Amino acid sequence: MPVILILRDKEYEVKPGMTLRHSLLKVNLQPEAHLATRDGQMITEEEILWEGEKIRLIAVISGG
Amino acid sequence: MKCRKCRDKAVINMRQHRLALCKEHYLDWLPEQIEKFIKKYSMFTPHDRILVAVSGGKDSLALWDILIRLGYQADGLYIGLGIEGGIGYSEQSQLHTEQFADQRGLNLHVESIPQNYGLSIPEMFKRTLRGNKPCSVCGLTKRHVMNRVARDGGYNVLATGHNLDDEAAVLFGNTLQWLSGYLVRQGPVLEASHPGLARKVKPLCRFYERDMAAYALLRGIEYVYDECPYAVGAKSIYYKEVLNKLEADRPGAKLTFYLSFLKAKQKGLFAPDADTNKVDLHTCPTCGQPTTAPIDCAFCRLTAAVSTSD
Repeated sequence: MPVILILRDKEYEVKPGMTLRHSLLKVNLQPEAHLATRDGQMITEEEILWEGEKIRLIAVISGG
Repeated sequence: MKCRKCRDKAVINMRQHRLALCKEHYLDWLPEQIEKFIKKYSMFTPHDRILVAVSGGKDSLALWDILIRLGYQADGLYIGLGIEGGIGYSEQSQLHTEQFADQRGLNLHVESIPQNYGLSIPEMFKRTLRGNKPCSVCGLTKRHVMNRVARDGGYNVLATGHNLDDEAAVLFGNTLQWLSGYLVRQGPVLEASHPGLARKVKPLCRFYERDMAAYALLRGIEYVYDECPYAVGAKSIYYKEVLNKLEADRPGAKLTFYLSFLKAKQKGLFAPDADTNKVDLHTCPTCGQPTTAPIDCAFCRLTAAVSTSD
């Protein structure tokens, strides 16, 4: 089962066993511009993502 | 990855500092660092009265939270812009700001542009067509209102939540065009240039946007996640993305870019004479705020123009 990355109303599927940083890069999201939580707890980008888990992403860039 | 201080599980790794911290230590570390730079740049002391411009976003609410935790006298100012954008943007922003202030018993000034001037920011823009988006009208209006509330309320310091990514993006844009006047004026502190004006300070200017969002999240600060609908496609966001590409390959690149600029400025590499817009300030006869114009200030001319364009 893939890992699901959820960003607002979008979902991205990535292979399990990669770090969060690698997973974000795989789906063309900048690690520097996102935070991630697992079960409501913030995780570092070096964290390995496991099969079937859902990771919630938070975009941090704002501007205008 | 483990917390450098307690070896517990880290929740954040700041590659630019080679520092990973757990929640508890990060929530202590960030305010300590911010206080260090408040002192380094002589931004303010506990005796100053600070007005924090709060938008309902992560940076300004985190800044207010940190200043209060550090024991400073800080009140908030929320400016209702009347931006709907299909998501009730201004309404949501105000709600988050008011909840934040209520929960902590803080003093919040609320100024509504539609109530005070009869039109929302997008409506004002439609009547004047100043710029190609409402952002120029919005910036002008916010500056005017912030100065007025600070002056009327007796605040001598006006603090905004600009983070390092904001500052680096502005610096990048100004450098691409060698806008010397803007480069001379950019910095953590803008001293009051006229009687009645507050000193403008940016206590978060050395801290990454990501780190500020992490602080807000870990502190349980509820902020408005949605972006201003008019910020879509903004140049500043594009510059931030470009800088983040650099940062990905060279951790610390954004910080070095900004800090090297400040050092160069300190060494006199940007002479005040380069500020081609530097002219004497006059007092606007209508509102009493400083202006470079010999007549009414840009804001008073704007409000006069929109009220006569029915």
